[in-house]
Amino acid sequence: MNRLFESLLELIRRTSTVIPDDVHRAILASLEQEKKGTIAANAMQIIDQNIALARNKSQPICQDTGSIIFYVEAPASLDQIAFEEQAREAVKTATKKGYLRQNSVDSITGKNDGTNLGPGSPTVHFHQHRSPEISVRLVLKGGGCENVGAQYSLPNEKLKANRDLDGCRKAILDAVLQAQGKGCGPGILGVCIGGDRATGYEHSKQQLLRSLDDQNPNPELATLEKDIVETANKLGIGPMGFGGKTTLLGTKIGVLNRLPASYFVSVSYMCWAYRRQGMVLDAEGAVQKWLY
Amino acid sequence: MIELKTPISEEIIRSLKVGDEVLVTGRMFTGRDAVHKYLHEGGQLPAGVDFKGGVLYHCGPVIIKDDQGQWKCVAAGPTTSIREEPYQWQVIRDFGLRGVIGKGGMGERTLAACKEYGCVYLHAIGGAAQVLAECIKRVPNVHFMEKFGAPEAIWEFETVQFPAVVTMDANGNSLHKEVFAASQAELAKYL
Ligand code: SF4
Repeated sequence: MNRLFESLLELIRRTSTVIPDDVHRAILASLEQEKKGTIAANAMQIIDQNIALARNKSQPICQDTGSIIFYVEAPASLDQIAFEEQAREAVKTATKKGYLRQNSVDSITGKNDGTNLGPGSPTVHFHQHRSPEISVRLVLKGGGCENVGAQYSLPNEKLKANRDLDGCRKAILDAVLQAQGKGCGPGILGVCIGGDRATGYEHSKQQLLRSLDDQNPNPELATLEKDIVETANKLGIGPMGFGGKTTLLGTKIGVLNRLPASYFVSVSYMCWAYRRQGMVLDAEGAVQKWLY
Repeated sequence: MIELKTPISEEIIRSLKVGDEVLVTGRMFTGRDAVHKYLHEGGQLPAGVDFKGGVLYHCGPVIIKDDQGQWKCVAAGPTTSIREEPYQWQVIRDFGLRGVIGKGGMGERTLAACKEYGCVYLHAIGGAAQVLAECIKRVPNVHFMEKFGAPEAIWEFETVQFPAVVTMDANGNSLHKEVFAASQAELAKYL
């Protein structure tokens, strides 16, 4: 299991200190878009410098290293209990090494024991599949952007949002408007249409595992994803809410069945400091390849 | 880019407008939730700390001790400022602050205090922990470390050209209000 520990530690280090390629490309493209010399362009410039510094110094991109969420896909033969133990050890060590901030607080006592371990931290989602491959993805989701996430129950009279895709569109764009730059925009939205209150948010976060330049297999959703980004970028909110052309870098929408009685639209907002990475492991737990 | 050197005069502060980009050089203090609540409840600043003409940074930095036993700042991005909205106006009034740095903007009471007492809200780039830490050249002192813990303590920073944007000025203007209103009106066109 030692190999696995090393791999998990390296996964945490990379996730915290190196921005994934697809996100970096989107940031560079938006830097091009913003008019030179504007506050928006200068903000994007600082963001780009920050990405380079963090990578070169192997230090966290942002000091809020966020909620630690693992997604594991593995055959039935994987010992999930042993895996989770290694994940916890890796989190503890990564915190000691400064890849993660001491970031986990007891909700009742307010105590922070400095280990990042406790109920819900880290969170590990296991998913079994028939293939022998083991893949592990990690998302570090910051608090500032998590705070601007939103869940809508349709119909919503105030937004004139009905239970259809146009209603979903109105809800999602309202979330963008309310968030302004407060989630450290430009942001990326993970959205779930349907589900219950818990699974809706959960599925919206899982959308953040998708690569920014993938194509939604559902053509209607693919159109909606594109439309949300284009419309949001016409609103003039801009990086940090300073005004400007880049409000969103991407939107990913997934769907779950719902009950006849409910219709939720759940929106998770991810900041520009989009920390996600993943790896495929061999049977010994060594990294075979990186996923982003 | 406008260069600001602390302590800053009221005249210079009142000449700043929303949208101005500034570079702050000189002494700066951190203070977040615990410090604001403490000052609001009548607490006094520790000996040797004077906010007059100064800048308060909403930040819970990551600070280590280097080989020579000196404090060194390794990550120092802004934290969300709106949490200090109940207290900020009073801290501006009672301690003579000329600038508050954070992210996300603040509300009406702070905007009114900025106008009345001559202060501005400076928005730093959220998440840019590494770039901003590079602008903090020295960490000469820390106060209330025992009392509030490291992220909540008052740290003294010597900064050189710390970048920020004026998003609330001393003339009653708020870029946050302007951008919200404009984006809301714009969105109405596409619904
Ligand atoms: S929202 Fe993201 S970039 Fe902003 S402070 Fe939080 S983790 Fe950092």
